Amino acid sequence: MRAFATLPRRAWASLRADVLVLPSRIFVFVGVVALVALPLIVDDRYVLRIVTMAAIFAVFAASWDLLAGYAGQVNFGHALFFGIGAYSSALLSQRLGLPVWLTMPLGALAAMLAGFLVGIPCLRLRGAYLSLATLALPIIAISLLFAFPGFSGGELGISGLRRAVTSPVGNYYLAVLTMLASVFVMWKIGDSKIGLVLHAIREDEVACRASGINTVRYKLAAFAISAFFAGAAGAMLAHFLRVAGPSSFEVALSFQVVIWGVFGGVATIYGPVVAVFVLYPLTEMLAAFELFRSVRLLGFAVIVLAILLLMPRGLVPWLRDKIEAVCPRCKNRNAVVRRACRVCDATLA
Amino acid sequence: MLQDILITGLVTGGVYALLAIGFSLVFGVARIVNIAHTAFYMLAAYAFYVALTVLELPLLLAVALAIGTVTALSVICYRLVIAPIRQHESAVLIATIALALIFQESLLLTFGGHFLGIPAAVEGYASLLGVRVSNQRLVVLAVVAVALVVTWYALYRTRFGLAVRATANDLEIANLMGIDVGRIAMLTVAASVALAAIAGVVVAPVFVVDPLMWLSPLVSVLAIVVLGGLGSLRGSLAGAFILGYVEAITVFAVPAGAFLKNGVSLSIMIVVLLLRPEGLFGVAFEEER
Repeated sequence: MRAFATLPRRAWASLRADVLVLPSRIFVFVGVVALVALPLIVDDRYVLRIVTMAAIFAVFAASWDLLAGYAGQVNFGHALFFGIGAYSSALLSQRLGLPVWLTMPLGALAAMLAGFLVGIPCLRLRGAYLSLATLALPIIAISLLFAFPGFSGGELGISGLRRAVTSPVGNYYLAVLTMLASVFVMWKIGDSKIGLVLHAIREDEVACRASGINTVRYKLAAFAISAFFAGAAGAMLAHFLRVAGPSSFEVALSFQVVIWGVFGGVATIYGPVVAVFVLYPLTEMLAAFELFRSVRLLGFAVIVLAILLLMPRGLVPWLRDKIEAVCPRCKNRNAVVRRACRVCDATLA
Repeated sequence: MLQDILITGLVTGGVYALLAIGFSLVFGVARIVNIAHTAFYMLAAYAFYVALTVLELPLLLAVALAIGTVTALSVICYRLVIAPIRQHESAVLIATIALALIFQESLLLTFGGHFLGIPAAVEGYASLLGVRVSNQRLVVLAVVAVALVVTWYALYRTRFGLAVRATANDLEIANLMGIDVGRIAMLTVAASVALAAIAGVVVAPVFVVDPLMWLSPLVSVLAIVVLGGLGSLRGSLAGAFILGYVEAITVFAVPAGAFLKNGVSLSIMIVVLLLRPEGLFGVAFEEER
């Protein structure tokens, strides 16, 4: 009983000590609370739908960042994993009648396998070659889909899929909670020793190998993990929209995820997530106005271009540098208003 | 059918060669993967359409106007958008994607999404190897041949070409030798877009002209330059004709080949990459740090 009685106070203490000290953490905290509480405040199905889609795409964008931002394997065909997740889950649930709760993880696993297989030839490629070769893969997949319409449903895809849950609020929580969990896992991976090695591989692979690190293993792991989350996003979107179509392999989607990633800031995980939650609702809102409907994509491209010219490292790192300063002595981050470092008390310039 | 394949492959391969050589040059000299490259090709086709049917200019003037405007536009885009963010490779990439989307959407808004019919510059058919070939396709072949020879001459027989090749070979050393690398990069962009614009103008009456016409050649061009070796001109030329013929063979000889066209050419690219990661004619890049 005592433990329960002190729970609120302890929670408040840890909130003050760990979260409220840094503006970026406050943003994350407020964002998570807002996402979880949104259906209690807003009852609009349209708003819920947009945030659900944004959450699903956020997983997709973060998974690209793990592979391209951290490991430096700039994948231009990330839609391949998204599409494989969507189609595997759709086929398993439609043709074999398996429950959706089972097919979605299976779809993600199928994408993971694909990521592993794609990773093997990509070991031999680097830089622009890798980007361009990976760009080709989803296009090959689309041409196969069109060539075997009996199996894949051709141009129309596989429609009439069942949803995991029926209510809009249920779907919202499924997407948002999965998103929070996956992004947290990916962020933890990026922060762990694996993430450190991936950074090293991106910066200098030869030096990394010379230090006795098996870069092959780490690169394949990056491909597989990233593909797993991309496939999970694909499967979720397919069951949410109740259709898995060839558009999930589109070049436009592969480019879209690159735009989200670079716009938000690469090698951060949270950057692309923020980018999706900013850009996706923005483009949808523009589409809601009759006046803007036809210029939606144009406006999107112009905004992206303008942001890039202003802040080439991406939106979130730029913002973070505005509100936080790195302590010159201990390298911990501090709110920009502080005079002295919160950890080592050094004077901040 | 064999003759069909021969002629179609030659025409497609020639157009691809014009596009791929420009793309490869820009990558070699400025390390820019220019996704908007084929968007300029599309812009040229539209500019040609406007000059010819809206402004009703004579043919040669329309051609010159279309190529000139698009080349000037590419220089403006380079100065305003690409040059300020040259240090950030990924940002440059996104910027070129954004540019391509802006062009696509602007054309969609101005002209609508439907196909545009552009009258052929020369009417009639000629008989070649027993195949009826429209004269316009012969014009395409002739223009491609001339453009390729001029490009070769400019690159291998002039001081400008020497500077371009030196910069592509080693940017830092070229800089140390007193070559204005920034200017060379800009001129290369202009030259490569001019080649793309020539391609756009000559194929406008033969291929479909719509705001999405840049995507399919983009994929082929990317496959070609990777197949031939990024930055290698011989490779781009060989790759262009290999891919032109592969596409022609798939379309004519395989059932449902039109769907598989892109898939087959890209699979070939991947097989080549697996056997020779630096492409057919590519030089294995030294580790760039």
